[in-house]
Amino acid sequence: MAVAAFDPVAPRWPRRRRVLPGFGLTLGITIGYLGLIVLIPLLVLFVQSAAVGPTKFLAELSNPRTLAAFRISFGIAFLAAAANAVFGLLVAWVIVRYRFPGQRLIDALIDMPFALPTAVAGIALTSLYVSTGWIGQPLAALGISVAFTPLGIFVALLFVGLPFVVRTVEPVLRDLDPELEEAAALLGASRTRILARVVLPPLFPALLTGFTLAFARAIGEYGSVIFIAGNMPGLTEILPLLIVIKLEQFDYAGATVIAALMLIASFMLLLAINLLQGWTRRRQGG
Amino acid sequence: MVDTATSTGIAAPAQHGTARIELPLSEPAWARIALTAIALLFLAVFLVLPLVAVFAEAFSEGARVYARAVTEPEALAAIRLTVLTAAICVPLNTAFGLAAAWSIAKFDFRGKNLLLTLLDLPFSVSPVVAGLVFVLLFGLQGVFGGWLTAAGIKIIFAIPGIALATLFVTLPFVARELIPLMQAQGSTEEEAATVLGASGWQTFRRVTLPNIKWGLLYGVLLCNGRAIGEFGAVAVVSGHIIGLTNTMPLHIEILYNDYAFAAAFAVASLLTLMALVTLGIKTALEWRLGDTGAGRSH
Amino acid sequence: MTYRCVALLFSAFLVAFYTHVPAAAETTLLNVSYDPTRRFYSAVNKAFADHWRAQHDEIVTVYQSHGGSGAQARAVSYGLEADVVTLALASDIDAIASRAELMPKDWQARLPRNSAPYVSTIVFLVRRGNPKGIRDWPDLIRPGVQIVTPNPKTSGGARWNYLAAWGYAMRAGGGDESKAKEFVSALYRNAPVLDTGARGASVTFVRRKIGDVLIAWENEALLAANEVGKGEFEIVVPSLSILAEPPVALVDKVVDRRGTRALAGAYLNFLYTPEGQQLAAEHYLRPSAPEVAARYADRFPMLEMLSIADFGGWPAAHRTHFADSGIFDQIYRPGS
Repeated sequence: MAVAAFDPVAPRWPRRRRVLPGFGLTLGITIGYLGLIVLIPLLVLFVQSAAVGPTKFLAELSNPRTLAAFRISFGIAFLAAAANAVFGLLVAWVIVRYRFPGQRLIDALIDMPFALPTAVAGIALTSLYVSTGWIGQPLAALGISVAFTPLGIFVALLFVGLPFVVRTVEPVLRDLDPELEEAAALLGASRTRILARVVLPPLFPALLTGFTLAFARAIGEYGSVIFIAGNMPGLTEILPLLIVIKLEQFDYAGATVIAALMLIASFMLLLAINLLQGWTRRRQGG
Repeated sequence: MVDTATSTGIAAPAQHGTARIELPLSEPAWARIALTAIALLFLAVFLVLPLVAVFAEAFSEGARVYARAVTEPEALAAIRLTVLTAAICVPLNTAFGLAAAWSIAKFDFRGKNLLLTLLDLPFSVSPVVAGLVFVLLFGLQGVFGGWLTAAGIKIIFAIPGIALATLFVTLPFVARELIPLMQAQGSTEEEAATVLGASGWQTFRRVTLPNIKWGLLYGVLLCNGRAIGEFGAVAVVSGHIIGLTNTMPLHIEILYNDYAFAAAFAVASLLTLMALVTLGIKTALEWRLGDTGAGRSH
Repeated sequence: MTYRCVALLFSAFLVAFYTHVPAAAETTLLNVSYDPTRRFYSAVNKAFADHWRAQHDEIVTVYQSHGGSGAQARAVSYGLEADVVTLALASDIDAIASRAELMPKDWQARLPRNSAPYVSTIVFLVRRGNPKGIRDWPDLIRPGVQIVTPNPKTSGGARWNYLAAWGYAMRAGGGDESKAKEFVSALYRNAPVLDTGARGASVTFVRRKIGDVLIAWENEALLAANEVGKGEFEIVVPSLSILAEPPVALVDKVVDRRGTRALAGAYLNFLYTPEGQQLAAEHYLRPSAPEVAARYADRFPMLEMLSIADFGGWPAAHRTHFADSGIFDQIYRPGS
């Protein structure tokens, strides 16, 4: 990930003589602070959940309610991230390639789910999609209920993940070389063929990165989902809520086990993101 | 009307009086309009409507209820606590972000990739888990519980716990903005300054800081926005003591659960306004910067 | 230059914002309570502060924390520094006593009437006109009827609801436990959503307009019918219900550490005084003092009530019904 500038003065590791000062100090601060605030607490979590013992660990893991919550959290997060990938690509395309009134305003608004507190999003979405809400009412007439169903969770996760794909795809889209498209057109390709073979492939890594980011965010989302989900075990009970419920039942062991599992899954996703980003950078020619 | 940014066609050289050939360098007009319409509809439903709903509900019982909701003592206490939390977390995480970006972007060392991955951890951990770890650490029956009680120090269910949980959740924001930016800028300017005799601090202040100031500001804005709005992590460590350990998002939940819906949305509208202001500043920054600024990877 | 000005202004603002030092030294109490009592204790705290100031010339501030009864018990066990706890059921306070050992195990005998200055019961709340014709428990398991009740795993009120239903089913089925299980299964099958707290369930029914009938604390139902949704709801009293006793207790370790034992004790005793009992009745809680109860007879109808003793006490009830793999876990198959 580093911008590897060739530095003729500095010798290779480990005999490197650093030109710039402050390495020890800043690295020390970084690792110390990170360790204190993030790493040690998370380590404690792992230790506590390990102390639970393998039998309890497995029992918790095979508990149908826990499995259902995993299925719901990961499943709906996946679907929401996928929907965001499709629509995010569309939005990014429209913003970059087309001109229409209010374009800059829309572009600025895309970041709203980042900036808006999750609780606010939660109550706003609930009031919209309830059977008496602005969107919920017409949908109810069609027999579709959104609030308190998995569909409601989907909507909330769609909202929080919205900016990720748009913001990862946008810069890549802007940097696309129009000459490639012109060349393909001159060689006789139809527009659809150009889109599929020339435009989309370079976008794919960024799309994947955005999707993974949205997915990771959606798995752990609490504030915006808790108001619109029905919290019914097996149907609309998300993992973070299950953790809170276990806490309230004094089941610290169960809570730490689920948290540890979520952590492992998130960490693996993170690794995937970073690898993807490295791949993206290489594919774009550094 | 809808138009395209790229050219709509290159004219093939006219030969023997044949018509100009339009190359398919953009989608047909109907497709452009349809795609734009779909995109705008999607954004209108999923982005704009919730914002409008917040304000509509906030004023649904009149302006007087709104005014009372945001000025009653419990709301003011919540606002104070929210501002205090942000005032603690943002400077600390900014200092950390600067240190981290300096060490990562200007130097090479083994384990840099691991460090980068670890830095991103708070992003992918559920906020509830973030709160849980501090409860496990500092709660009465936690790792340090007995020791803290004996010393009379309250962390969980008090303001330090809220600050810690928020610190955890907002930790990477500034660093993630600065690292790609400083990596892209390279270290040649700093090296020149050092070679010419500047100390580390001078180099940082006079050379690096001016270069990264817009990225830094953007990171600070994001960090601030998240610190103000954090819900899940704070809900676990807060204790919900009305007037003492309720932040604005928690206060919204309490109002909502007490049938005071317009009041809940009134406080929510304050947070929404802050979010809109944040976005406004960020957009203004980007206009100034001309879109060349933070090469952010989120 | 501008940076310095901004920094100065900001610091000035912070200073102004935070220096609102209270005039006199304050004594404070923290009352950790369950969900529906926010308005009640708001009023009590004001009255108690006046009462204490008149007697001792000292300003007292009582802080409140509200949430699901189980959640609050957990918080107190984990260090939420409550001087007193006023929760939904004895089982939750027992949990604090046994896990965190913050008060003696015989706490319930220390105050009159099982440490319950006010009691309540379980009733049904239906929409105006009672369109589905709900009269009693059997109507709740009719197909097409949607009930709203919170989750017994997290909500105290939900456990009272469950036990009332179980009690009715046992009596109606002649003591046959399998019939009772069937009844309770059918009941929860008719529940489209299980909120984590009693207040959450009330909000779901009243505001989000989900469900045909809400099974709730009597005080929640009365609040909804008389104030929040005036004229929109009716109360249906079942033929058999349960005496719900939300107890109050001193948290010994905390009051001794903070030196507030006398004050906290006086606060709890205040709930038993005529003034406290009057406030309870005004907030739809059944006062335990007979004279005050007599004055509010028409607000609180007579109905046949079981008590927790009929279930063998809370430890037995919890073990049988609400513990892991208890009867509730067995009968509740969500999504089916």
